Amino acid sequence: MKKVGNHTSFSRILFLCLTFVLTFSTGSFAQDVAKGKELFNANCAACHKLDANSTGPALRGMIDRHPTDWLHKWIKDSSGLIKSGDAAAVKLFNEWNKVPMNSFPNLSDEDIDNIIAYTSEPKPEPTKAVGAAGEAGQGSGGVSEMLVLGGLVLVLAMLVIMLVLVRRVLNKVANQNNLTVQETKSIPVWRAFVKNQFLVLTSVILLMLTGAYFAFGYMMQVGVDQNYEPIQPIHFSHKIHAGENGIDCKYCHSSARTSKTSGIPSMNVCMNCHKNITEFTGSADSTYVDYSKEFYTAEIQKIYDAVGWDPAKQAYTGVEKPVKWVRIHNLPDFVYFNHSQHVSVAGLECQTCHGPVESMEIMRQHSPLTMGWCIECHRETEVNVKDNEYYAKIHEELSKKYGVEKLTAAQLGGLECGKCHY
Amino acid sequence: MASNKKYWKSVEELNENSSIVETLRNNEFVEEIPTEDFLGDKDTLSSSSTSRRDFLKYVGFSTAAASLAACEGPVKKSIPYVFQPEEIIPGVADFYATTVADGYDFVNVLIKTREGRPIKVENNFMENALTGANARVHASVLSLYDSLRLKQPKIDNKAASWSDVDQKIKASLTSATGQIVLLTNTMASPSTDKLIAEFKAAYPTAKHIVHDAVGSDAALDAYQQAYGERALADYNFGKADVIVSVGADFLGDWQGGGYDSEYAKGRVPKNGKMSKHIQIEANMSLSGANADKRIPLTVADQKLALVKIYNIVTGNAVAVTNTAADAEVTKAAQQLKAAGSAGVLVSGIDDVNAQLLVFAINQALGSQAFNPAQAKYVRGGNNKEVAQLVQDMNAGLVHTLIMNNVNPVYSLFNGAAFAEGLKKVKLSASFTLREDETASLTTIAAAAPHYLESWGDVQMRKGHYSITQPTIRPLFNTKQFQEGLLTWLGKTESYYDYLKASSTSLTNGKTWNQMVHDGFSAVEVTGSAAASADFGGAASALAATKKAAGLELVLYSKTGMGDGQQANNPWLQEFPDPITRVSWDNYLTVSKADAEALGIKNYNVANGGLNGSYVTLKVGDAVLENVPAFIQPGQAKGTLGLAFGYGRKSALKEEMQVGVNAYKLYKDFNNTQNVSVEIGSGDHEFACVQLQRTLMGRGDIVKDTTLEIFNTKDVKDWNVKPHVSLDHQLVEASTVDIWEEFDRSTGHHFNLSIDLNSCTGCGACVIACHAENNVPVVGKDEVRRSRDMHWLRIDRYYSSEDTFADDVATKVAAKGLMENISTFNGLEHPADNPQVVFQPVMCQHCNHAPCETVCPVAATSHGRQGQNHMAYNRCVGTRYCANNCPYKVRRFNWFLYAQNSAFDYHMNDDLGRMVLNPDVNVRSRGVMEKCSLCIQMTQASILKAKREGRAISGDEFEVACSAACTSGSMVFGDVNDKESQVARLLEDDRRYHLLEHIGTKPNVFYHVKVRNV
Repeated sequence: MKKVGNHTSFSRILFLCLTFVLTFSTGSFAQDVAKGKELFNANCAACHKLDANSTGPALRGMIDRHPTDWLHKWIKDSSGLIKSGDAAAVKLFNEWNKVPMNSFPNLSDEDIDNIIAYTSEPKPEPTKAVGAAGEAGQGSGGVSEMLVLGGLVLVLAMLVIMLVLVRRVLNKVANQNNLTVQETKSIPVWRAFVKNQFLVLTSVILLMLTGAYFAFGYMMQVGVDQNYEPIQPIHFSHKIHAGENGIDCKYCHSSARTSKTSGIPSMNVCMNCHKNITEFTGSADSTYVDYSKEFYTAEIQKIYDAVGWDPAKQAYTGVEKPVKWVRIHNLPDFVYFNHSQHVSVAGLECQTCHGPVESMEIMRQHSPLTMGWCIECHRETEVNVKDNEYYAKIHEELSKKYGVEKLTAAQLGGLECGKCHY
Repeated sequence: MASNKKYWKSVEELNENSSIVETLRNNEFVEEIPTEDFLGDKDTLSSSSTSRRDFLKYVGFSTAAASLAACEGPVKKSIPYVFQPEEIIPGVADFYATTVADGYDFVNVLIKTREGRPIKVENNFMENALTGANARVHASVLSLYDSLRLKQPKIDNKAASWSDVDQKIKASLTSATGQIVLLTNTMASPSTDKLIAEFKAAYPTAKHIVHDAVGSDAALDAYQQAYGERALADYNFGKADVIVSVGADFLGDWQGGGYDSEYAKGRVPKNGKMSKHIQIEANMSLSGANADKRIPLTVADQKLALVKIYNIVTGNAVAVTNTAADAEVTKAAQQLKAAGSAGVLVSGIDDVNAQLLVFAINQALGSQAFNPAQAKYVRGGNNKEVAQLVQDMNAGLVHTLIMNNVNPVYSLFNGAAFAEGLKKVKLSASFTLREDETASLTTIAAAAPHYLESWGDVQMRKGHYSITQPTIRPLFNTKQFQEGLLTWLGKTESYYDYLKASSTSLTNGKTWNQMVHDGFSAVEVTGSAAASADFGGAASALAATKKAAGLELVLYSKTGMGDGQQANNPWLQEFPDPITRVSWDNYLTVSKADAEALGIKNYNVANGGLNGSYVTLKVGDAVLENVPAFIQPGQAKGTLGLAFGYGRKSALKEEMQVGVNAYKLYKDFNNTQNVSVEIGSGDHEFACVQLQRTLMGRGDIVKDTTLEIFNTKDVKDWNVKPHVSLDHQLVEASTVDIWEEFDRSTGHHFNLSIDLNSCTGCGACVIACHAENNVPVVGKDEVRRSRDMHWLRIDRYYSSEDTFADDVATKVAAKGLMENISTFNGLEHPADNPQVVFQPVMCQHCNHAPCETVCPVAATSHGRQGQNHMAYNRCVGTRYCANNCPYKVRRFNWFLYAQNSAFDYHMNDDLGRMVLNPDVNVRSRGVMEKCSLCIQMTQASILKAKREGRAISGDEFEVACSAACTSGSMVFGDVNDKESQVARLLEDDRRYHLLEHIGTKPNVFYHVKVRNV
């Protein structure tokens, strides 16, 4: 419903808007803005943002704060300007924790003008989310369904009343004409059923069997939480991170390589990137986005709340609020599972057990995590013994014993109770 | 025709006027059923708002609600670090080197931490480390998580802040008119000594007094006389061929302990040789139990024996009266003299003269094992100064008293006088882990951190310097004594900086980082420091010892409890004493002859529990009532034994408040006292885990032989392989099998080797197993019902005749039914001075396991790697397996021991549960459990090798017990790696399996005990 088949990024919209605006102002200036944007992204974006303070100040409207020739001097050699004792330069330097800005002597005056032009563009109005209208539509759909159902019930009731009335009328007519209505005495169905003992026996057996079948099915799913998809305190989209941005699973879940747990990433791992990514810059109508830009940006803000990061001052406040994530994959205490065995030694893809995480907006439990599911895999999967000296001897001995070249985990003892239960 | 026969049920009915018949006619029962009692009075019943129907409704509703609620799974929260420390990976253990120095135990250790919390103590096996963590050290990690620790400083029993405390102390120090006294335990800390010296300089009236609860004052005085320094001599029993100990339990806590690993090396026969150990003692100690020859003597006789040995070794002729075992003592002395420089003598007699003779004898021998140049500093208590302090306090001469890690109100024989004196002290402060007997009387109870939360340095011996580093942030609002000293001196630097700066001259060239990494630095100190003292005078003085008329009380410390610092540690309380196998108690040990004379009885009741008489002890004015008495084989006639460390009450859980306080009888700090005994009324219920005291001549359970037979006879003669009958032919048991053989040749095949020669029975493995495997503590009542949960037990057997070999001979010689019965009855009683043997028994991991075949749900099954698996979640608790286990090593969870207030031990509080090993499941009620051969550890070793992509050697594997064993008795590994140590041990001639004739083919094997008699 909210997905619109247009894969544009926010920046491109911005660009289009700008082009639109600028076509009506000056033709040549438009060229400058496009170039300026390119230069900005290549040279400035590492430390500056248009609308927010980052390592350096927000750059939109910098022309209003400083004269153009000063900006030229500053960009080309900022430290020189500070040394020369320029009041504005020294003030800026002190304001920003005395972190010197890189000098860009390679930028031509024209380049700098282009950048200034780009940064002088007015801030585009945020595009309104279209969700509200859609939701209203969904709401009305629900009501209309109810109406239809109600109507049908009404019609049925009318029919019943009509039948009763017709019967009454007919009886009246018969009475008036002195006709006696023959009431045929037939055996009720239930009595016939009870009399037929064979039928009773078979249906009882049938009932018991189906009952047992459903009871067994019900029992077997107790404690199996496949597709468990809890709401998390921070809406973290694996779809955006692992899917769209292609971040490796083990970048965040690094302990999966060495530990039994894959580890929920600590918040400082988030901050590696989110120190700079302060807001959601994807488009509201791109394919991979399920929520509005404001929604996502607010979620990023939650990270800052948790780690105690002040984006304005670009510093940690020291007030930490640990995040209470809801654990999705819960193995019982009596099962020992080690991620590093499967990830580092066996070299399995995370998706083998966790499913297509890169397409999940909300993380869910993909596999049943039952013992049968574990065992099935251990029976079928061939052990990755390549280039691992540990397996050299046992592989030689066992492949001779079983007369096979490739060994499964089961043949290596992977089905023994004590390997996982202790 | 009507019958006029009369039928009657009882004669009573024929009596027309019987009231009973009349009552029965009206009522169903002769006596009225007391329904009124349980239904209460009618008024309340009728006026009650909850009728019977309502009650049923509620029951029905709540049952339905509970079952409905159970359908929904719980929501589990996971809270990651906000900033994850670099060195912590959740799920991976980190190890830190540190040093235990609690005033009683001093040892270099490694601490295993998980997610930043210490969970286990491991040995630091680095070369030159002072290794030898005993049961108490292994258990100390649990004392960190003691919920009854003092959590913040208190002034006058009210919570206060540290700034208030420091202000108050500083004000008192500056305005002090009388003495300022720092009363500490033995810290052996160079940096603290330096700080105290600065403190004394700043406050000239300050004194530093050291108090050891159980001290070695006499040995310290003797060393000072002979070598001019207040310290102890060092010994290396590995270098001795003949060891004579006169009342020194050097495998226990004698002079700080830590001697067992070197001792054990010499106890394994190598090239036909092993050391000979002669023990002369009163109480049956660990050392006595391990000795080749044990001579039970009273302490008075021991002193005379020491003079005799002195005469023989040095050639002097000090006149001395005879002892009760003169011939044996003379023989021992001659053997010692013959050994020359390969002989050594030690003594634990609390007498300066006796300790001086030790030096004289070792010097005359030129003993290599005796190293006085390498002075030890692990005991420093000065009893004269402590006694003087108590006097000064009562005289009102002490203005400010600051204590660190001492509890004199409890641990002084005149604790009451100390408590009185405290009232006259203007300001008293006690740095303490818990609000103990002393801290609850002082002005300031200063909460001190546990050693796992503190910095520190220790000089255990000359040339050896160790570092204590914290392994967790302080759990509570605590402050170290040293930090306090710095504050009162007006310094702003932290103790860490002070320590770092003052350590530079002591690290033997190691950098600070290297020090913190290794935990210590060491150089060996040798040299011939000649003793110069009046040995002849000492010998004469000792020879003048008068034998007391009454009974002698010999106070000792137990392996489990030591000086009693960790009395609130449930692991240590439940730890069975290696000798008596009694847990949760101390008791008076008494010889059989004396027990009979005094009317003391020990007997077993129907459920197997042991009961014993109460006695009242009187030493001078001090009276100790309701002391349970335990009849101890091997106890020297005329002596009684009583252990320190029990009878504490303050800041202890109710369950831990057991035993009696032996310190009350520790008059003038002498461990030998003249005592009068009166039998009391009533019986004490012991929690003793072993009922069978003797082997009944079953030489196949513990095989032992003499060095002579071992050297001269064929293996078949001293390690007899059992035979069974097959087709009416005697064949070797190992050749017969009703089982299908598993293929053991591929992959790993784990075996555990236990050498009965080097096992000293110290029990460190028992506690290590507890810590590693989350073994629950069940409490005294349950232990008494034989429901103890120890996965690893150390059986202790006494011989019934003089030796185990004689037992076998007696058993074999018995003929006919009646003679057999009487012989077996006789064999149940241990000899007066029996041979003793320790045998650690855990699940034997039989290749052909009887438990596996009887499990109806296949919860216990066999692994290819030799381990017998136990799937707890599959177990339904039939207990067939335990019944079918010939080794009786399976343990059943009769109750839920975790989070159950009926078992209020560490698993019942959040703090205590922090010690649990996250890699091992906590078992629930109704489930069988047993030793798993630490499968979590073997699997972890395998995974490590796999991740590193390398082959693994058979010696790389460890289990908790083998890793804790410093005597080298337990060796674990993969026997399929023929190069491994355990594979070589499996091929050894001394190897045998427990109950080999039943054909279980265990993966745990033992080595025949060889005695050098």
